[in-house]
Amino acid sequence: MKLDAHIPEGPLERKWDSHKFNMKLVNPSNRRKYDILVVGSGLAGASAAATLGELGYNVKVFMLQDSPRRAHSIAAQGGINAAKNYPGDGDSVWRLFYDTVKGGDFRAREANVYRLAQISSQIIDHCAAIGVPFAREYGGLLSNRSFGGAQLSRTFYARGQTGQQLLLGAYSALMRQVGAGTVTVLPRREMVDVVVKNGRARGITVRNLVTGDMEAYSGHAVLLCTGGYTNVFYLSTNAASCNVSAAWAAYKRGAGFANPCFTQIHPTCIPRSGEHQSKLTLMSESLRNDGRVWVPKNKGDHRKPSGIPEEERDYYLERRYPAFGNLVPRDIASRAAKTVVDAGYGVGPTGHAVYLDFRDAIKRKGQEAVKEAYGNLFDMYYQITDEDGYKVPMRIYPAPHYAMGGLWVDYNLMTTVPGLFALGEANFSDHGANRLGASALMQGLADGFFIAPATVAGYLGAGKFEPVTTLDKEFADSAKQVQERINRLLAVKGEKTPSEFHRQLGNVMWNDVGMARSESSLKKALKRIPEIREEFWKNIKVSGGDKDFNQTLEKAMKVADFLEFGELLVRDALERKESCGGHFREESCTPEGEAKRDDANFSHVSVWEYQGEGREAALNREPLAFENVKIAERSYK
Amino acid sequence: MKQNKHFNVTVRVWRQAGPGEPGKMVSYKVGDISPDMSFLEMLDVLNDDLIKKGEEPIAVESDCREGICGCCGLVINGDVHGPDEHSTVCQLHMRRFKDGDVITVEPWRSKSFPAIKDLVVDRSALDRIMQAGGFVSANAGAAPDANSVPVDRDRAEAAMDAAACIGCGACVAACPNGAAMLFTGAKISQLALLPQGAPERAARALNMVQAMDKEGFGNCTNEYECEAVCPKEIKVSNIARMNREFLLANLFSKR
Repeated sequence: MKLDAHIPEGPLERKWDSHKFNMKLVNPSNRRKYDILVVGSGLAGASAAATLGELGYNVKVFMLQDSPRRAHSIAAQGGINAAKNYPGDGDSVWRLFYDTVKGGDFRAREANVYRLAQISSQIIDHCAAIGVPFAREYGGLLSNRSFGGAQLSRTFYARGQTGQQLLLGAYSALMRQVGAGTVTVLPRREMVDVVVKNGRARGITVRNLVTGDMEAYSGHAVLLCTGGYTNVFYLSTNAASCNVSAAWAAYKRGAGFANPCFTQIHPTCIPRSGEHQSKLTLMSESLRNDGRVWVPKNKGDHRKPSGIPEEERDYYLERRYPAFGNLVPRDIASRAAKTVVDAGYGVGPTGHAVYLDFRDAIKRKGQEAVKEAYGNLFDMYYQITDEDGYKVPMRIYPAPHYAMGGLWVDYNLMTTVPGLFALGEANFSDHGANRLGASALMQGLADGFFIAPATVAGYLGAGKFEPVTTLDKEFADSAKQVQERINRLLAVKGEKTPSEFHRQLGNVMWNDVGMARSESSLKKALKRIPEIREEFWKNIKVSGGDKDFNQTLEKAMKVADFLEFGELLVRDALERKESCGGHFREESCTPEGEAKRDDANFSHVSVWEYQGEGREAALNREPLAFENVKIAERSYK
Repeated sequence: MKQNKHFNVTVRVWRQAGPGEPGKMVSYKVGDISPDMSFLEMLDVLNDDLIKKGEEPIAVESDCREGICGCCGLVINGDVHGPDEHSTVCQLHMRRFKDGDVITVEPWRSKSFPAIKDLVVDRSALDRIMQAGGFVSANAGAAPDANSVPVDRDRAEAAMDAAACIGCGACVAACPNGAAMLFTGAKISQLALLPQGAPERAARALNMVQAMDKEGFGNCTNEYECEAVCPKEIKVSNIARMNREFLLANLFSKR
């Protein structure tokens, strides 16, 4: 596998501009001759499809749900970063770039991250222009707040529903193009395969989820905007339908999979309440602006939190990280919570929780001010736990949240399969080993509104395309292969449901490959996962048929892919014998228990290459060069 | 009052194999329910049982399970989105029920939301209303600096109140006329309140109202049922604003 990141020559500040100039263009009257297939309708997919439609391409968008507005970007709460420096507290493109590279523990590409920081301001401009109701000050200008990993305020927000408002903004732009006839929306369809012809991605196979029919679509470029894979842990903050299947299908067709072990565990989620739990709910990181995290100083202190006096509380983040306090990055906050819980200081009925306390903020600003900033989060907490966060501290615990890893892409967001692009969380590119809060929305929209529309044109304009139709053999072969896998699933007629296998896999992933990983835990997982997979194919039970609206079959197909992908994630974690960002290897830490990188041996992107069924994936490496920032130990003390 | 004991309920569910097929209510017993379970988790347990028995599980839609994606939507004991006020089904927890309860579960019922299977309906009509005008026509890359257009804070907040709509369709399901006016009014209001939406106000109101009628949704007769069930507390004042926008557009628009 040849890994050329295609990073443009020249100084960092000029790379994107000169690249845009050097790329080929497509004449406006020729654009409608190009068919572009966009898979997924979240921030990345909706914004890319809308923008490509605005430019005049012929676009089709595919999604699992009934409407593009349902994509899981909708659930992002806290905000979106941009280097506007409106508050005048010293922000700049360079500082956002630096914070993101450092936040990612020096495992991202400098050129990509710099471009992201450059584009960040344009995203805010565009979203304001299309009617996103951002929070504003009394003078009518936009308001900012702080997020983890930054010592200034650069986060734009719309109450605690920023993801919703941005997605609805991108969705409205998309609907405009559907009305204009440039974009066709194909809901309730799951991409099950990428069709490659003569080395280039020329189409996709999708399953119509209502009829169960296989459908073929051909095109000149395929954009995977299919989100992240943290549902491999079973319990995560992701929506039920989030999956790895589209990315996994691309991987099996030759797309390299980068850094699968870089997963983010979010520190502030509502703890699980029992075996029945189907998902974990995130409480926005923005709460750490005003909430203070603590546990009792004495082990097994079962008094009500209000009965624990100030001197018997351990505000452990403020104690360990005085410079950033409660606003340390997510990976650090999550590990710190695990440390106190493992040591027996956890609170609540299960002991697997810490307090997030608003007492002092309410005393300082009043309950109304706290309600205005976070009201919907307090409501949500109440509905789930039956507890009033204004009166008693919230109980929180970390949960899997985001995948920094994903399909390997070059500077053009193209995978190792020509014509196959990956955008948003589905790619690996910008967040290194840990994503900073409020940066996912930024990246999804940067990829979709601004980067892919330019680079896809560069790809289309650069080469000639042989004619392809869905009657070509490659499409029939693809549909046949997928159908055979479905037939196999239906034929097992075993005794366990897809959810039971998913939970089983999730337990292994969370216990052995979760917040802390060691050689022995990873080897254990590497033995366990193939066993579960083997049992799956002997004992899965899928009721109903395939030519129907069959949610059990959909779930079984996703779990089957997670059972293969989980193993790759573990192998990647085993191979990376260093701690960095969200990947914490117990063997590699400082005497104070902080993550210790090994730059001499692991300053690279690990890119896995499919070698065929039953054969071990091959590891390729893309070295990371840091020419503009000085690599340092990542400290938030 | 916190109850911690596990309990049993009977659910009566609408089963329908597909569009145009006859449907009927079917009863199932569900045991060992924890009060901390969500309502949808209770259905998960029931569905896993049905799969194991070799029966077809109940088709039901949900995704984020945190009240924001708008996928879930059920009528529970006659209440749209269940008994909790201003909440989606996915946020409903079993602690609201007690041992021995019989719970009736039905899909959204509206002419404009055709049935797909069991509790799943097709709400794509709402997308088509959006396509008619629920946007600002500004292409990516053309916008001026965001702070070059200040927005009155109260108007921005009111726009946000309207923009909070999750497109679940509860307003339609609750309305005796099957009207989508709260949905449409919320989008028209959001964009009418913001200076960015001003240039297209008239066309937007005319086109979206027309699209709404074309999809077969009914009209508002001031029942206020939509406001009562809206999980995001969208107010009927948005319908009044939509009517004003529509009237003004009809009187003064050049089209």
